[in-house]
Amino acid sequence: MDYRSVLTICPYCGCGCGLVLQILDGKIIGTLPSKKNPVNVGKLCIKGWNAHEFITSSERITKPLIRKNGDLREVGWDEALEFTSSELKRIKQHNGPDSLAFMSSAKCTNEENYLFQKFARAVVGTNNVDHCARL
Amino acid sequence: MSEKIKQYIVELFQQGKIKAFLGLKDESGHIVPHLFSNAEDLDGLNFGTERYPLNKILIQLYKRYPDVTIGILIRGCDERGLKELYKWNQLQPEKIIAVGIACSKEQAEYCECSKPYPDTCISGEQTPGVDNKTVKKIDSLEISERLNYWLDNFSRCIKCYGCRDICPMCFCNECSLEEVEFIERGKIPPENPIFHLSRAVHMAGRCIDCGLCEEACPSIIPLRTLYKKVTDIIEDHFSYRPGYDDGKSPLNILGPRPEE
Repeated sequence: MDYRSVLTICPYCGCGCGLVLQILDGKIIGTLPSKKNPVNVGKLCIKGWNAHEFITSSERITKPLIRKNGDLREVGWDEALEFTSSELKRIKQHNGPDSLAFMSSAKCTNEENYLFQKFARAVVGTNNVDHCARL
Repeated sequence: MSEKIKQYIVELFQQGKIKAFLGLKDESGHIVPHLFSNAEDLDGLNFGTERYPLNKILIQLYKRYPDVTIGILIRGCDERGLKELYKWNQLQPEKIIAVGIACSKEQAEYCECSKPYPDTCISGEQTPGVDNKTVKKIDSLEISERLNYWLDNFSRCIKCYGCRDICPMCFCNECSLEEVEFIERGKIPPENPIFHLSRAVHMAGRCIDCGLCEEACPSIIPLRTLYKKVTDIIEDHFSYRPGYDDGKSPLNILGPRPEE
């Protein structure tokens, strides 16, 4: 019998609410708001309250997928990256950089998001950059 | 953190009375729930003014380990919760050893708590219960003002379900607040006032006035005042107050078979 709390930060948006993950016998069974975190002081939104659910979700994508003949197929990382870069080049050449958009995530770090927008603006040449937290 | 409490828990372990102790732990300056598994592992045991729904965690532990006797840290409100949960058959009193602490005068006033201490306190000075001023204040308003007060407050709801999720007395397997027949999906604020009044009705004869709902509400809806009022109504009509030794909630009794 082992029950413990693990303090972490909510991965959903950029607010950074403190979560107390409830761990029973090594498995996450629930989320509580951190009472002392100065950002959320014991409160959460509905996404935060259920933040533990996606961790073990069977719908979570754990491997790269490419749609082939209408179906999503598992592929290796090399093939996925090769496909993505060649498609980005092709679309940019045919339709211009503003035909591409870059969707980032509040779950990434500041540094990752900085690199991402730099890639969009300086390498590809578009200001079409947005993120998941604009929901 | 009182040494007296720690010593008391060490003795419970040494005498073999408990296999584990559910309390609060200082984790890098944050107070969080933790299950201590032996007398040597009590180092981080601590508590401040932060309260977590320990009874709710206890229900989860009891479901998986019904034969294990567990000690638990309780305040006055937690004790009321335990007493009510026994009556609703959610916990077994034989499997629980409560270790009580009394709340300070400031805490009692902040909660307007009618009994800010458990029956037996290992630590802390008992301070008297505090009068219920917020309910009286709302009751003194004109009926139309009162209605507007509640409608305004409920209109801020973002439907996070935090009040339900943190509530130690919310143990139903299915929740009416998730039934599409009652509550429309994907609408914020949820139907006003049906959503909040549905929950208030479900708290009748059950709410033990811990106030965790109001503390968890991101929209600062005075839920505690609402449920205190509901509790008063039940007491007026059925002479039952949840969380004490006497009686059972009228909503927990099927009663005699009606005459044909």
